[in-house]
Amino acid sequence: MSGDGGYDVAVIGAGVVGTAIARQLARYRLRTVVLERSNDVGSGTSKANTAILHTGFDCGPGTLESGLVRRGHRLLAEYADVSGIAVERTGAVLVAWDREQEGRLDGVVAKAHANGYLPAHRIDTDELYRREPGLGPGATGAVVVPDEWIICPWSTSVAFATEAVAAGVELRLGTEVHGVVDDAGGWTLITTHGSLRAEWVVNAAGLHSDIVDRQCGGGGFTITPRRGQLIVFDKLARPLLSSILLPVPTERTKGVLVAPTVYGNVILGPTAEDLDDRTDTATTEGGLAELMEAGRHILPGLVDEEVTATYAGLRAATEHRDYQISVDGDRRYVVAGGIRSTGLTASLAIAEYIVEQMAHTGAVLHEVDEEPTIPRMPPLGEAQRRPYQDDELMASDPEFGRIVCFCERVTEGEVQRACTSAIPAVDLGGLRRRTRATNGRCQGFFCGAAIAARLADGRP
Amino acid sequence: MSRPVRRVDALVVGGGPAGLAAATALREGGAGSVVVVEREDHAGGVPRHCHHSGFGLRDQHRVLSGPAYAQRWADRAVASGATLWTQTMVTGWSAEGHADLTGRRGRERVEARAVVLATGARERPRAALLVPGSRPSGVFTTGQLQRWVHGEHLPLGHRAVIIGAEHVSYSAVLTLREAGVRPLALVTRLPRSQTFAAFDLLCRVGLRVPVWTETTVTGIHGRDRVDRVELRGPDDRRRHLAVDTVVFTGEWVTDHELARAAGLAMDPGTGGPACDAGGATSLPGYFAAGNLVHPVETADAVAVRAASVGAAAAAWLRRRDPGPVAPADARRVRVEAPLRWVAPNLVRTDHRSNQPVLLRSGEFLDRPRLQVEQGGRVLASYVLRRMVPNRSHHIPSDWCRAVDPGGDEVCISVSSTR
Repeated sequence: MSGDGGYDVAVIGAGVVGTAIARQLARYRLRTVVLERSNDVGSGTSKANTAILHTGFDCGPGTLESGLVRRGHRLLAEYADVSGIAVERTGAVLVAWDREQEGRLDGVVAKAHANGYLPAHRIDTDELYRREPGLGPGATGAVVVPDEWIICPWSTSVAFATEAVAAGVELRLGTEVHGVVDDAGGWTLITTHGSLRAEWVVNAAGLHSDIVDRQCGGGGFTITPRRGQLIVFDKLARPLLSSILLPVPTERTKGVLVAPTVYGNVILGPTAEDLDDRTDTATTEGGLAELMEAGRHILPGLVDEEVTATYAGLRAATEHRDYQISVDGDRRYVVAGGIRSTGLTASLAIAEYIVEQMAHTGAVLHEVDEEPTIPRMPPLGEAQRRPYQDDELMASDPEFGRIVCFCERVTEGEVQRACTSAIPAVDLGGLRRRTRATNGRCQGFFCGAAIAARLADGRP
Repeated sequence: MSRPVRRVDALVVGGGPAGLAAATALREGGAGSVVVVEREDHAGGVPRHCHHSGFGLRDQHRVLSGPAYAQRWADRAVASGATLWTQTMVTGWSAEGHADLTGRRGRERVEARAVVLATGARERPRAALLVPGSRPSGVFTTGQLQRWVHGEHLPLGHRAVIIGAEHVSYSAVLTLREAGVRPLALVTRLPRSQTFAAFDLLCRVGLRVPVWTETTVTGIHGRDRVDRVELRGPDDRRRHLAVDTVVFTGEWVTDHELARAAGLAMDPGTGGPACDAGGATSLPGYFAAGNLVHPVETADAVAVRAASVGAAAAAWLRRRDPGPVAPADARRVRVEAPLRWVAPNLVRTDHRSNQPVLLRSGEFLDRPRLQVEQGGRVLASYVLRRMVPNRSHHIPSDWCRAVDPGGDEVCISVSSTR
């Protein structure tokens, strides 16, 4: 669009939504920059969710979220298929535990249908216990949602960012936006590493999107971080369930669920606590106790297995029920805020929608000639063929036969690849999200020191 | 994909003191090809990372450092004719029960006539103990700490708190001091330290590290690095302690993934496979040894007991030579609270071992009277001077011969204390 040395578009935030938007913008002849205050993509809310690929069956019918989640499910499933992001088509059962909840199941099905999701249907308890024999006693009915799947959230942001960067998008990590000035013909963004100019600003700042919005002259919403604590159980718990076990949702929350993860674990959570502090990702005694109690009820065998990890994520909840997405062509400003737990699923649809709206409101978009190259991501899924099982890969490089993280069976070859990839791991968190190293049951007892040394010496 | 299968007489999984001692005994008992698979760079197991002295008293009859002790066992196993594969890991079992291996040589499948599982134990990390708070760096287990300091020479903090007051907790004190970190206190939820009185005294008086009893850690805080822990003491008193390093010690759990994947019956007390005095499990041909079946004993005690498992596995191979042998009927042995576990926990009628039986209590007990009974019939009773949590106590095993092979399970309980 512009050619004055500045950027056409500056995207603030490299979470799953920001990277998806960057990837979408990369299809056009634009100079795009992504500004991210942390040192990695997908390292805020995007890394700590329930990792479910939602159908949107329980969204508010008619909302923007409903439509974008539905489309996003299809887009991301296709993208995952091509890029090798782990997905398992587990399905979900939404379980009622008393007459009152059972009475709401028909409403759940009706809402799913109103959202355009027709495969949701009721099953009786015989069928429920046949599908999920590990379920605790006392269930009174259930709804099956066949297309609620599980996905690897970590690879998703990295894949989007990798694709965007390969197509020419500039990614500036460790760069925080301190101020935004709207002057004639564009925006000036003041960052920790100097200022830059851009014609359009896309605010995908997640938990901070309301602050950035006010800096940009908006102010239509306020984020109240909603903390979700989760417990990750040992892989030996995985055979206890085959699908995602959902509770009957209430007005405020989807409730505590039990779900397999693509890494072969089982997660239990999340809690839902409204906070003031946008950085408070601590777990609490009460929160963990509440989850263990719920877990004992839903899947009694679960609490006999070891806990591998606990964590908490913050969902960017607002006072509004729907996503806060708007595209202002006059001011050349886009905000994608208030995107809660469904953001991972909806990310590609959000990006598609925003870029369409930008075109409608005056942005001049010319497609690039080259087809985008979807990157091939390392197989992090337990159902995929992992490098330690891959004869060909080992034959090409014996480092893929040297397992350095025993619990998760991560090889030296994978660690090397993660440290030298287009968007490399720069710390332990980044390495964990790219390889699973040290994520296992020993939490570093065996390999923690060697992996830390490996990162410290900067060797590729 | 079907792959060539390598056949061996015995496959030993795990090259720590248990696996190496079992392999040596297998070879000395006449087993032909014995392969020890070790996933780390070198064999030797946990002692390899314990740089303090005190190893080898009961099996090598001298006092050695951990690494020197580990090396001696590796040398002995190789000298006995066992083959050692390091940087190689058994990742699972095929449908036919063959072991799937991944190593620098690629993938291999091994069919063994006898398998000895010696996969050991690990300390329960912070998450398994459900300690809430943020997730900063600076939180360790002793195992990770030792590798951090002695293996990789990585920088550590300045002020540490140690969670636990059992033997290994004192090992963490030594490692921290060596790394220039000041241990401020040992914290235990139990009413007293569980180590030897001499260690306790040396630590409290000599090194001036107090033991805070009846205290639990209820929170870890800090953004990038730990800056404080929250503790709850007796009478629910809470306090904060400024530290940059937290070491979770002890609370051992067995590394039982392969045992469970093989379908072995597990013992609810130890968390390892149920097995008899010769290490024979519920599945013929599968043996278990070391801290996988008694979490945990000191390395020399492990090696002595594992050697008898190796010998039993060798005897089983010899008996099996004409054809498969059915193991004698086994009875389960269980314990009642406050006892935590017993090992061995299967008794077979052909019991020959003269190894004492190991018992653990979850509480401090003064002059406990222990009763061994089967279906209301008292097989034996013993009075011990005392029992201390996280330490094994021995009772004789002669009652094993009196067990009725067709009877109920055997139960060990505490009938009275002083």
